[in-house]
Amino acid sequence: MAKYVLKRVLLMFFTLFIIMTMEFVLIRMLPRELPTDKVQAAAIASRWEALGYNKPLMVQYGIYLKNIVTEWDFGTSWYIAFRQPAWDVLTGRLLPTVLVNTYSLVFAIPIGILLGIYAAIKKNKWQDSFISTMVMLFVSIPSYVYAFLVQYFFFFKLGWLPLQVYSLADAGGSWTTWKMFVSMIPPIISLSFGEIAQLCRFTRAELTETLTSDYMLLARTKGLTKAQATTRHALKNAMVPILPMLISAFIGVLGGSMIIEKIFSIPGVGQLYIQSINLFDYDVFMMDGIFYTFIGLLANILVDISYGFIDPRIRMGER
Amino acid sequence: MAVNEMYQAGVPAVDKSKFRFVHEGERIKDKVFEDKPVSYFKDAWYRFRKNRASVIAAVIIICIVLYAFLMPVLQTRYNNRFMDSYYAKKAPRFLLTRPLGIADGGVDRNFSEKGLVRAVGIGIGAEDWDGHGATLEEGLASKYQPMLRIDDPVEKVTAAKKVTRTYSGHIDVYLEVGFMYRSIMQSEYEKIRAYEREHDLHILYPLVEDNNYNTDPSDANNWYKTKKSVPVSTAGGGKAKELEYAPGMVLEDNYKRDADGNLIFYEYTGGGSLETAQYKVRVLYYNYYIYKNGFEPSYLFGTDSQGYDLALRLAGGIKLSLLVAICVSVINFILGAMYGAVEGYYGGWVDITLERVSDILSGVPFIIVATLFQIHLATKVGPVPSLLFAYVVTGWIGTAYRVRTQFYRFKNQEYVMAARTLGARDRRIIWKHIFPNTLGTIITSSALVIPGVIGSESMLSYLGIVKLGSAEVTSLGTLLADASTIWTNYPHLMIVPATVLALLMICFNLFGNGLRDAFNPSLRGVEE
Repeated sequence: MAKYVLKRVLLMFFTLFIIMTMEFVLIRMLPRELPTDKVQAAAIASRWEALGYNKPLMVQYGIYLKNIVTEWDFGTSWYIAFRQPAWDVLTGRLLPTVLVNTYSLVFAIPIGILLGIYAAIKKNKWQDSFISTMVMLFVSIPSYVYAFLVQYFFFFKLGWLPLQVYSLADAGGSWTTWKMFVSMIPPIISLSFGEIAQLCRFTRAELTETLTSDYMLLARTKGLTKAQATTRHALKNAMVPILPMLISAFIGVLGGSMIIEKIFSIPGVGQLYIQSINLFDYDVFMMDGIFYTFIGLLANILVDISYGFIDPRIRMGER
Repeated sequence: MAVNEMYQAGVPAVDKSKFRFVHEGERIKDKVFEDKPVSYFKDAWYRFRKNRASVIAAVIIICIVLYAFLMPVLQTRYNNRFMDSYYAKKAPRFLLTRPLGIADGGVDRNFSEKGLVRAVGIGIGAEDWDGHGATLEEGLASKYQPMLRIDDPVEKVTAAKKVTRTYSGHIDVYLEVGFMYRSIMQSEYEKIRAYEREHDLHILYPLVEDNNYNTDPSDANNWYKTKKSVPVSTAGGGKAKELEYAPGMVLEDNYKRDADGNLIFYEYTGGGSLETAQYKVRVLYYNYYIYKNGFEPSYLFGTDSQGYDLALRLAGGIKLSLLVAICVSVINFILGAMYGAVEGYYGGWVDITLERVSDILSGVPFIIVATLFQIHLATKVGPVPSLLFAYVVTGWIGTAYRVRTQFYRFKNQEYVMAARTLGARDRRIIWKHIFPNTLGTIITSSALVIPGVIGSESMLSYLGIVKLGSAEVTSLGTLLADASTIWTNYPHLMIVPATVLALLMICFNLFGNGLRDAFNPSLRGVEE
C-alpha cells in the first residue's frame, strides 16, 4: 500500500511538472501588456527586464522553477495587486471560496444522501419516480439558472436575503460573521441544488445495487428486519463508492465555481481567474493554472487511494 | 492422399451410382425465416421507442432544432442584423396572439397619477393630430393607447394631508415610446407626407411650443400644458388649474401655431438646398417605424438589450450551441475510437505510453485549455474554431478509455483468434471484428457529450472567456450575460434563453439516457 501511494504521488508530481511546463510556455508566449501610464510602464518594464522576462523561454522557466524551489515564489501580480507575490494574491482569495463551498456541501450532503436512501428504499414507487424526475431536472439545469431564480425569489420577491455577498467591510471585517453568512446563503443554495441532485442520484444507484445483492437476502433470512439489514449491511457497502466521491467534492471546494462567484460577486479564486485574464495579469493566471491543475490531480489520487482504505477488499495497484 | 493409398491397397472402389442423398425425395422441414432478422440497431430502436421520457425528449429536441433553423427562414421581413435602438429591451409582442392577451408587448407597472396621465396622454395625443382637443375616452379607445389595462387607484394620505393616488396597470412598452423629435431632410418630409396620404396614417404631429407650460422641452410626449409635469388647464383664465385624472378629462394642447392659428409641423434647422435642408419634426414613433420598415413591430420573444430581435438571436445561439456540440461529439467519437482501439488492441508498451499521454492531457483543467486557446487563437481563426480546438484537445479521452476497455474485453475471444488464424490483418480485426462491439458504448457516451458541451459552452461565453458578441454569432451564454445586470427590469431577456438552455440540457440528458438503455440493456438504471 505504502509503495502504491508513493508511486501515485510521484506520478502526480511528474504529471504536474509536465502540465506546468506546457502552461508556462503557452502563457509566457502571450504578448504582455504595459499600462498606459508612462512612469508606471517604465517601472514595470524595468522590473520585467531584471526578472528575466525578456530572456529565452527555457531560461525563464529555469528561473521560475528556481524561484519556486528556493523562495516559494510563483511570480508577481502586476495589475490585480501591484507587486504582490502571486501566491499571496491567490491564498488571500481562498477563504471566501472555501467557506461558501463548504457551507453548501455541509448543507447538501445529508439532504442528498437521505433523499437517495429514501428513493432506493421506495424503488419503483411513486416517491422514487418523483425524486428521480426532480433529480434529472436539477442535474441538467446549469447552476447559474438557479442563481437567477434564487436572486429573484429571495431578493426581489421576498426581500429576505441580499442580492450579492457583502464586502468584507460591510460584514464587520471578517468572513465568518453571522451577517456574512446570511449574505452567503443565496450562493450556497444555488450551489446546493446540483450537489444534492448528484449525490441523491449516486446514492440511489449504489444502494439499489446493494439492496438486491445476495448478502441482503441472507441477512433477512437470519432474521434481521428490513431496517436493520439496510442500515447494517446495505448502507455500509453502498458507502464504499460514495465516500471517495465526497472526498473529491471536498477537494473541489478549493476551486469553487467561477460562475457563482461572478453572479454573487464573491471575491474568491474563480473571480481571480477571470480578473487575471481580463487584466492580462499573466503571472497570477499561471499561478491559478497550477492551482487548478494541482487540485484536480490531488482529488484524483485521493479518491483512488481512499478506496483502498475504506474497503480493504480492494487491493490497490493490482492489475 | 489417403484415398489413393487405399485404392492402391486394393480396397474395392464403390461405384458412383450407389451414392444417394440421405433426404432424397423428402421435404426438408427447415423453413427459411419469414420475418427479417433484427439487427442490433433495430433492436436498440425498439427499446428506445418504449422509453417514453426519451421519446418526448427527442421530440422536444427536434422542435428546438426546427425552431433554430426555420425561424430565420420564416422571418422574411428582416435578418439577424436588423435592429431598432428605440425598441430595445422590449417585452414580447406578437401580432397574431396580441388580441388574446398573449405576447401583447405589455408589462405590469405601477403609476403615479402624473405618470399615468403621461402614458394615457400618448394615446390622446395620437388622436389629437389636428389639435381639436381629443377627450380621454377618445384617447383610451385609440389604437395607439399604450395603457392596455388600468386598475382602480389606491389612495394614500401623505404626512402633509395630501391625497396621492397610485394606479397599477398593464402598458404596451412599444406604444409607450410615443412621440419623438427627429431631424430629417426636406425631401424625406415630402416622402412621409405622401406615405401618410397613401396609407391613411399619421406620422408627423404638430411641434410643441417651448413656453413655461412645457416642463421638459426635449420630451416630445410632453405635448399638453403642464406645470412641474402636472397637467394644467388655462381655460378659466388667470392661474392655471391642475387637472385630475378622471373621466371627461381634456388635456389642453400646447402645440406650436403660427399667427393665423395653423399648426406648425416642421421647423427649419439648417442646410441650403432641397437635399440638405434639415427639418425638425415630431413623429409618432410607432407609425414612423411602420413608414421606415413597412410593418408593425412584432417580436415573438421581444428585443434584446441593443434592439435586435431576441427570437432570431436565440435561434442563432441554439444553432451555435448545437453546431459546436455535435462537431465536438463527432470529432471525439472518431479520435477516441482510433486512439482507444490502438491502445487496447496492441497493449503492452504502446498502451502504457499512450495511456501516460492521455493521463497528462486529462490532468489539464478544461477551463485553462479553453482560455489559452481563446487568447492564442481567437484573433487568428475566430472564437468558435478555437473553442472547438479546446474541446477536441482533451474531449476524446473519455471515449478512448471506454473503447480501450472494450478492446481488452474482446481481443482475446475465440472469434477474434479464429479471424487471426484465418489470416485477417490487424486493421480488419480491429474495425470489422472488435470495434462493432464498442459502438453501443461510445454512441451513448457521444450523445451524453452534447449536453455537457452545451452547458460548458454557455458557461464560457457567460463568463466572457469566449467572446461571441457580434450580431451574427451569438450564444445562449452571451444572451444570458447580456441580461445578467438588467434582467430584473426586463425579465424576458433572462427567461427565454434560460428556459431554452435548461430544456436543451434536460432533453439531451434524457435522450442520452434513453440511448444508453437502448444500446446496453444490461446498464439499465445504472447511473454514471
